[in-house]
Amino acid sequence: MDTTQGTPAMMDDTLTLPRSADGAQRIDCRNIKVFYGQAQAIHDVSMSFPDRAVTALIGPSGCGKSTFLRCLNRMNDTIENCRVEGEILMDGENINDEDVDPVLLRSRVGMVFQKPNPFPKSIYDNIAYGPRIHGLANGREDLDAIVEKSLRRAGLWEEVKDRLTAPGTSLSGGQQQRLCIARAIAVQPEVILMDEPCSALDPIATARIEELIDDLRSRYCIVIVTHSMQQAARVSQRTAFFHLGNLVELGDTNQIFTNPREKRTEDYITGRFG
Amino acid sequence: MTDTVRTSAPSAAAARHLRRRRARDGRFRYYGLTAIFVALGALAVLVLTIGTQAFSAATYNVVRYEVTLDPAVIAPEGANRPADISRNVEGFYGLVRDNLLKTFPEAEADRVSRRELSDFVTRLAVLPTARLVANNPELVGSTITLTAPLNDDLDLYLKGQGVRERKIKAGAVSSVQGGQDGTFLLSGTGAFEAVVAGLAVASVDRAEDAGQPDVLLTAGVSTGRLSDIDAGSARMELLTGRAQDFAQARATARIILSAESERTISDRQIAWVLALREMGRVDRVPRWTLLTNSDSTYPELAGGLAAIVGSLLTMLITALVAMPIGILAAVYLEEFAPRNRLTEFIEVNINNLAAVPSIVFGLLGAALYINFLGMPRSAPLVGGLVLALMTFPVVIIASRAALKAVPPSVRSGALAVGASQMQTVFHHVVPLAAPGILTGAILGMARALGETAPLLLIGMVAFVGDVPRSPADESTVMPVLIFSWSNNAERAWEPLTSAMIIILLAFLLVMNGLVVFLRRKYERRW
Ligand SMILES: Nc1ncnc2c1ncn2[C@@H]1O[C@H](COP(=O)(O)OP(=O)(O)OP(=O)(O)O)[C@@H](O)[C@H]1O
Ligand SMILES: [Mg+2]
Repeated sequence: MDTTQGTPAMMDDTLTLPRSADGAQRIDCRNIKVFYGQAQAIHDVSMSFPDRAVTALIGPSGCGKSTFLRCLNRMNDTIENCRVEGEILMDGENINDEDVDPVLLRSRVGMVFQKPNPFPKSIYDNIAYGPRIHGLANGREDLDAIVEKSLRRAGLWEEVKDRLTAPGTSLSGGQQQRLCIARAIAVQPEVILMDEPCSALDPIATARIEELIDDLRSRYCIVIVTHSMQQAARVSQRTAFFHLGNLVELGDTNQIFTNPREKRTEDYITGRFG
Repeated sequence: MTDTVRTSAPSAAAARHLRRRRARDGRFRYYGLTAIFVALGALAVLVLTIGTQAFSAATYNVVRYEVTLDPAVIAPEGANRPADISRNVEGFYGLVRDNLLKTFPEAEADRVSRRELSDFVTRLAVLPTARLVANNPELVGSTITLTAPLNDDLDLYLKGQGVRERKIKAGAVSSVQGGQDGTFLLSGTGAFEAVVAGLAVASVDRAEDAGQPDVLLTAGVSTGRLSDIDAGSARMELLTGRAQDFAQARATARIILSAESERTISDRQIAWVLALREMGRVDRVPRWTLLTNSDSTYPELAGGLAAIVGSLLTMLITALVAMPIGILAAVYLEEFAPRNRLTEFIEVNINNLAAVPSIVFGLLGAALYINFLGMPRSAPLVGGLVLALMTFPVVIIASRAALKAVPPSVRSGALAVGASQMQTVFHHVVPLAAPGILTGAILGMARALGETAPLLLIGMVAFVGDVPRSPADESTVMPVLIFSWSNNAERAWEPLTSAMIIILLAFLLVMNGLVVFLRRKYERRW
């Protein structure tokens, strides 16, 4: 239970160093193109996401970060007239294949949204919902254990352990976002996608989430979209800069922020546009 | 609006613009208030007129009769099983009529007055007593108090609605002299002064050719009709009671403004009913029979039970058909159907369907269910199906609106943890939309409950005296009953119709209350 499915067990919680580009890649995207009707939102993007590391997607508004992120768990399928081309390999399997069940995929690739969106149910049921529908728990005790572990990992357990039956929507914004992260963790994903998870939160709640992301890094492949350069610099090991649907630059976070190769990247991170 | 903007001196044009804007604001508020007052006023007038009418029908006058249940009459040899007794309306009615004749022996004189007296009770009014005795055979032979509603015209008269009359206190009568022709001469100084004055006023109100109004004089249980009235004396034809009652008594005179031939009740009947009331045998009681009796040709016996049950059965069918179909169609269209020409076409047509006049559904129902499928006429089954046709577009539209109102973040949240689309819809979206869906469904049902036109076309307007036992039985519904009652000519139906309207409104109010309750209880924030 402590390890994610499909990856070798690694019990130590010590900080794993960011891997180099040729290290173990969790997801490998090749020539991704996304169209909304006739309009192309993503132009031929190829990049990969290392395991046990945080990759940040940055770029000006409307450049296609969310669109690209949604490719990774096929949430674009739920958008009318959205079409994705290209290969996304996970464990050597193209998740865009016809015979891949998006429902199963989404249990392996969790997602956290910009606005906290807990279900209007109890805190317990928010977490328990995923394990229930996937049949991950044998009986009530097992489920209780999953709920507790997920909430602990999301750093929310101490705050809510006495009111698990209270509605999830009764929590504060930051707590709600951590609840959503716990909800995503509860189905034992390998990858967690986060689309501007802190943009609706105050600095303190943001700091807690960032800490949490840092903790989670040791177990998951995390992809985070953010508008905050500082956040990207703080939590990520790798950073990808998007502009107008193109991947402009991809590299180690340090290198991107200190020594960008592209002029556009430099302009963006120094705040000259965007 | 005195605190005009002082912060900066606005240009003349800007000031004018500002003034105009304020005036527009004020005007708009004024229009809004007017609209609200007009609407509230209309509602108040409606409720008041129907309410006061209905109020008079909420009670009615019943007369008590002490009758001895003579076995020879009630349970004669060979017809004394309970079923026979309960069917022996004629026997019970005979007891009541005999009781009345004993109270007013003068009615024996001729056939007309005998009929007038027996008009006090309709035959069927004894039916509840007959059933009671049939169920309790030990009562046979004993003396019981039989209560039966008064004839509707006399009931209205006692309520002061049937006949226009003016009541005047007469002065003391000092002497009563019997004449040879059966009349009496009443005299007393100034005894009839007030009556003469009242007659003078009355003749002004009346048409030229109406003749002299009838004047009845009542003292205790006795009543006579006056003629040759002048200030000190009058000739009286005794209608009921004893002439001596008038001596030394202060009697009440009634100037009855319409001539006897124009009325539904005669002077003699007035005399008798006043006497019955004087004897304390008339009670004004709540008219529960409005809810416990079924339709009747006699207003005093008529009630809405069959129609209420018919309405409930019809609504049951409508709910069973329209709600599942409507809700499932809405869920499919809103959550699963691809957006294309076909679904757009379906959508447009559902909206059109909701706007089709209800009578068209009646025609459709008559053609489809009755003529083609051979279902029974006048049955709640068919009525419910017709109303379901009419209701389900409304349910679809309301349900879709409710589903649309569920924020997409709930859907993406569920999808993101790996719920299938169906799990997303049925675990998250539909429960959140449920209050809205139910609200729409109940409002659609409420509309169907008040529907008349389509039901007329499938024959639910037939006179139904029995409570329907199943949806396939002949039946009517509340609004149709109101429609048929309002077509009846007799005066007594008018308040009854209003009372039935109030009952229907009460049902609608309950349904709308349910809507408010559901909204309050399950409205959630997300
Ligand atoms: N559902 C949609 N239908 C049509 N076009 C869309 C849709 N969603 C996004 N787009 C378009 O795709 C492009 C990329 O949008 P996307 O939401 O991915 O941008 P983003 O980088 O996430 O922006 P932001 O930082 O503001 O969230 C934009 O031009 C947008 O207009
Ligand atoms: Mg975005």
